[in-house]
Amino acid sequence: MPKNENIKKVLVIGSGPIVIGQAAEFDYAGTQACRVLKENGIEIVLVNSNPATIMTDLDIADKIYIEPLTLETVKRIVLKEKPDGILSGLGGQTGLTISMQLAKCGFLQENGVTLLGSSPSAIDKAEDRKLFKETMIKIGEPVIPSVIAENLQTALNFADEAGYPLIVRPAFTMGGAGGGIAANENELCEIAASGLSLSPIGQILVEKSIAGWKEIEFEVMRDCAGNAITVCSMENFDPVGVHTGDSIVIAPAVTLADKEYQMLRSAALNIIGALKIEGGCNCQFALNPHSFDYAVIEVNPRVSRSSALASKATGYPIAKVATRIAIGYTLDEIQNAVTGTTKAAFEPSLDYVAVKLPKWPFDKFVYAENRLGTQMKATGEVMSIADSFEEALLKAVRGAELGLSDLSLPHLKSLTDVQIRAMLNTVTSERLFVLYEAILRGITVDELHMQTRVDRWFLHSLSRIAAAKPNKKPLIYKMVDTCGGEFEAETPYFYSLQNGDENEALPFIEKSKSPRVVVLGSGPIRIGQGIEFDYACVHCVWTLKRMGYETVVINNNPETVSTDFDTADRLYFEPLCIDDVMRVIEIEKPVGVVVAFGGGTAIKLAKQLHERGVKIIGTGADSIDICEDRERFDALLEHLHIMRPQGFSVNTEKQALAAAKKLGFPVLMRPSYVLGGQNMIIAWNEDDISEYMKIILRQRQDNPVLIDKYLMGKEVEVDAICDGEGVFIPGIMEQVERTGVHSGDSIAVYPPISLDAAMKARIVEVTQKICTALQVRGLVNIQYVIYGGALYVIEVNPRASRTVPYLSKVTAIPMCEWAVRASLGEKLPAYGLAAEPNFVTVKVPVFSFEKLTGLDTHLGPEMKSTGEVLGIGRDLTESLYKGLLAAGYKMKKSGGVLITVTDFDKNEIVPIAQRFAKLGFSLYATRGTAAFLKKNGLAVETVEKICDCNQNNTATLLESGKISYVVSTSEKGRDPAFDDVKIRRKACMRGISCMTSLDTANALIDSLLSGYNEHNTELVEIGTLHKGDK
Amino acid sequence: MKKAYLILEDGNVFAGGAFGAIQETVGEVVFTTAMTGYIETLTDPSYYGQIVVQSFPLIGNYGINTEDFEAKKPALKAYIVKVPCETPSNFRSTQSLDAYLKSCGVAGLYGIDTRKLVKIIRNAGVLNGKIVYSPPTRNDKQQALDYSVKAPVSKVTCGETPETGAGEKRIALIDYGAKNGIEAELLRRGCTVKRFPFHTAAQDILRYNPNGIMLSNGPGNPADPANAQAVETLRALQKSFVPMFGICLGHQLLALANGYTTRKLKFGHRGANQPVKDTGSGRVYITSQNHGYEVIADNSSFINVNDGTCEGLDYGHSFSVQFHPEACGGPLDTSFLFDRFIERIESHAKK
Repeated sequence: MPKNENIKKVLVIGSGPIVIGQAAEFDYAGTQACRVLKENGIEIVLVNSNPATIMTDLDIADKIYIEPLTLETVKRIVLKEKPDGILSGLGGQTGLTISMQLAKCGFLQENGVTLLGSSPSAIDKAEDRKLFKETMIKIGEPVIPSVIAENLQTALNFADEAGYPLIVRPAFTMGGAGGGIAANENELCEIAASGLSLSPIGQILVEKSIAGWKEIEFEVMRDCAGNAITVCSMENFDPVGVHTGDSIVIAPAVTLADKEYQMLRSAALNIIGALKIEGGCNCQFALNPHSFDYAVIEVNPRVSRSSALASKATGYPIAKVATRIAIGYTLDEIQNAVTGTTKAAFEPSLDYVAVKLPKWPFDKFVYAENRLGTQMKATGEVMSIADSFEEALLKAVRGAELGLSDLSLPHLKSLTDVQIRAMLNTVTSERLFVLYEAILRGITVDELHMQTRVDRWFLHSLSRIAAAKPNKKPLIYKMVDTCGGEFEAETPYFYSLQNGDENEALPFIEKSKSPRVVVLGSGPIRIGQGIEFDYACVHCVWTLKRMGYETVVINNNPETVSTDFDTADRLYFEPLCIDDVMRVIEIEKPVGVVVAFGGGTAIKLAKQLHERGVKIIGTGADSIDICEDRERFDALLEHLHIMRPQGFSVNTEKQALAAAKKLGFPVLMRPSYVLGGQNMIIAWNEDDISEYMKIILRQRQDNPVLIDKYLMGKEVEVDAICDGEGVFIPGIMEQVERTGVHSGDSIAVYPPISLDAAMKARIVEVTQKICTALQVRGLVNIQYVIYGGALYVIEVNPRASRTVPYLSKVTAIPMCEWAVRASLGEKLPAYGLAAEPNFVTVKVPVFSFEKLTGLDTHLGPEMKSTGEVLGIGRDLTESLYKGLLAAGYKMKKSGGVLITVTDFDKNEIVPIAQRFAKLGFSLYATRGTAAFLKKNGLAVETVEKICDCNQNNTATLLESGKISYVVSTSEKGRDPAFDDVKIRRKACMRGISCMTSLDTANALIDSLLSGYNEHNTELVEIGTLHKGDK
Repeated sequence: MKKAYLILEDGNVFAGGAFGAIQETVGEVVFTTAMTGYIETLTDPSYYGQIVVQSFPLIGNYGINTEDFEAKKPALKAYIVKVPCETPSNFRSTQSLDAYLKSCGVAGLYGIDTRKLVKIIRNAGVLNGKIVYSPPTRNDKQQALDYSVKAPVSKVTCGETPETGAGEKRIALIDYGAKNGIEAELLRRGCTVKRFPFHTAAQDILRYNPNGIMLSNGPGNPADPANAQAVETLRALQKSFVPMFGICLGHQLLALANGYTTRKLKFGHRGANQPVKDTGSGRVYITSQNHGYEVIADNSSFINVNDGTCEGLDYGHSFSVQFHPEACGGPLDTSFLFDRFIERIESHAKK
């Protein structure tokens, strides 16, 4: 069937901010979709609240709206832009849900807009638990005994019938948010209640646990003619019970005989046919390891994280093909881009295995619970490819940047065998390493299998790793070609291998005529290093290509655009570790390596690359070292007469206490060489210091701990580009929250609102001085604090920062391109501070707190956000309104506000409470806060602390539904046993916005007072922002 | 590790490890890209005389079980995999791949760059090769060059075989090297199946009074003079108008009986991911395939989406396909063709 010619203009809905369960894979999918639409001459209107995406670039879409992804906003965009169709299946759960809402309320039909891809009824059949179950029963596909519950009693009744353990899955939530396994009635009550409240339709699925069964996934494609294929099968290392996003996964499935494999494959095709999906779909199965019994667990009627993984694992571009299907093509009409000769109507055949390893945030969040279950907790993942599970797994572990070169986890060494055996009872993020440790201690595969139900096949592999001798064989590189070598392929997509003799990369390198540049990617997405760095890497590659270089990308994150095989001239899917990177460099012989765009992952290799004689393009390794080395950095600033908060380096608790005494509390503590404020705290007293030093020393940090005087002032951030002579500053960003909140977690405003011309001039001057002294070539990010009218430097990062994508978009300055050109010797087209625009933008952080049980939501110097959104408006309050709305604040203008703040904050809370009262909110406060507010003439209801009273406490208040906002600050947080932490966790689980900085609360009230709402904000098309001023 | 070598007729040598039986052997080297189904591959009679290379590196993961056998024993000459699994894991597994190959005398070679070997075959076309256990000599290469498969169907066809099943429809299954999967599909559809050796005369088959005649898969070149009698038999059977259904070699022989010609493919189609298109409906199906020859036809009922070769012919009362609707291993997408066969039998009975 040829393309549908009625579709000339299409709205693409992105997936919004990065949160656990919805990460960079949707930028990859959306970008692919846009490319396909463009190739077909279709005009693209794009809406996404996430500015750190490639898909929101002007050369990807025609009209770009960085606006809140709410039903109302999308409706307004549709009315304004009048697209012919909406692409629903590529924007994750967010995009799908909005598309469905638009379709169901009749809006699309009224406005003559076609939902491209699967029909609403098809999507409903897959997404609605009840319809799905009915459909499966109708087509004879087995499902797990379960009940749909809209209240707790239904769940309890089912439990009486089916028995425990039971699995709870809320409907229409992503990453399984709010779900869990209940072993008894108490647990069921708790999990079911949370699930019911988190599900947007108040519905949960309670099902019989089939723990111990294998979990197998299939990625399936189907076109409008009914042709259907499976792209890839995947097998989870962990049996059913661990969310597939939290499981180690191998593709293809390995422990299934053909009979079982074909049984599940046929079931997947049967399902996609019955649901009449048009596009990509993911089917998850549980398979009894002792029989042919299986059950369908779940179907995702859209492109997903698994499809990004399957695309990278096989070379089959699922999102591209899904988009072509959505605009009317059939599988046999679509070219296989890898071979260039065959069609998309085939099933990839692999001659390797791909292994995915999740990346969890527990190294940062020591108090967050690392137990794994049905709720996904990983922030990102790495993939690796090899000819055995063992080799691929080792590569994945290396590439996950855990500080491990094999599977031995140091802190397990000191445990007894009894302790190790006990650890096997709970599935945690460390299970792989516990199993390995158990094997090293001679615990048998059979015992481990009985205990964990992990298939013996995987356990035997771990035994082989334990028994293997170090292998110093040279590596060769093989191609990913979708067809197991059957056809000639043109894709320069490689992986390394120890066992083989033909190096397939060499002919491509020999053919190459241009100078080559290696660009290092940013590895797995984690807190502090997100999709922003992939954006920067991709732009770096594109610029290098335009400049006539041949580009080589090394990266191991399957979710990203940089690991799309057509981004760089050659892609090596390899860990970003020095040895792995050097092997690529040895065969590629590049003129230089770019380390400045791949975040901390890339830049930390600069020194080692330099020592090995590799040319670093951009700022030199020595300058990078100065920025990281405390003493050298202090010396430089002193030489330049630039101030920074006073501080010391310490190695022991004793030294730390002495240093703090000298500086005076509060002090800021962090390990040297950090990323995203990893393990950074403000210590208010000696106890904090002792607690912190114990945690740090337990993690065997080799580098000293830094203690700085904490200056409570205004934080300002600058991204600058330097060509060796002059410095260009695209913009200064001002943070709403005072120092103490990590810059990644604070609301940032551009252009700055409260800086006078003299301070701006001072910032420009200091920035120039630092750039010149460090001989920066390319991008640099500098964080400042303004305290007592003076400017202090906190941190200098000689690389692309988290703010580069958003600043590039709102200033219309191609920062990455200028930086790449500057680092290769070109002069910048302009110097000094760029002119400031007549609109205001705010970047608002987004968190994934509801998925990280036990984590205190209090913001501090340690970064906690997983993503960000952008609000663009005519003034600050409009952009704040949009930003907060996009970040998930419900922007309620009525109800109650619960206030509980430290003594330190009491004076400042009064005007905030007054303003809330003025807006009509009822005030509630804990005893001390309430007394203080009453003393200041406010009507407040006193609420007891949870620890003081069983009933009528803050927790019951939060559950009552009366509370719209919580303002909660505390000096001491972190430990989930503290009352304050419990309040914040409760608010988070009930979906109540909780502000832990008074500045955030003020910003919220400002925007509530402003009178902006979803109907009267201006829809800003990014392309028109700078039309007047160029 | 005992060393083993593969020398190809073009002189290329691969050095790896020996597993399975220690057995110097010569054969035609072919590759399959199927990622599962190695038990079926090992026991598929169509691989007679061949050395089979698996492009997927991890083979033996789920061990060996006899339920999945396509014939009693392997017909292939040797088996080449990159990483054979010594610790299989599956509830039906009774032994490892290595143990099984040892028990049935099949040589195995592992640890070589299988992808490189696949690409050599892809570029040069099918080559003969020899497995040896000391560095290969000029003599070994010569033996590879001189090798040819002779009358393979006669080596894998059945002997006198009793009926199986107790269904209403009697099916005569002409066994050119039949996979068990074909018979299983017929039994599943309520048929009684009797296997006939490939050289059985037409009248002997018709004396069984079959409702339908199933032409099985099998090894080798369809135009092999050793198959001439079998083609004649099909011509005679056609005159009876009993519906016939041919698979793979059965398809090719039926085509020869109807005046089509065949030719050798460069390196054949072997795998579980071959797309074929129904030329009538336009629907595409993923199929299991294992053949080195094609029928030359311009009125195919199915064509291969990758290279446009003939994948099926329809003669009205009879029809045939080049691929394997019985799967084993491979996708079950085209098992409806057995239903079609039953329908043809039923509509023929009404006439």
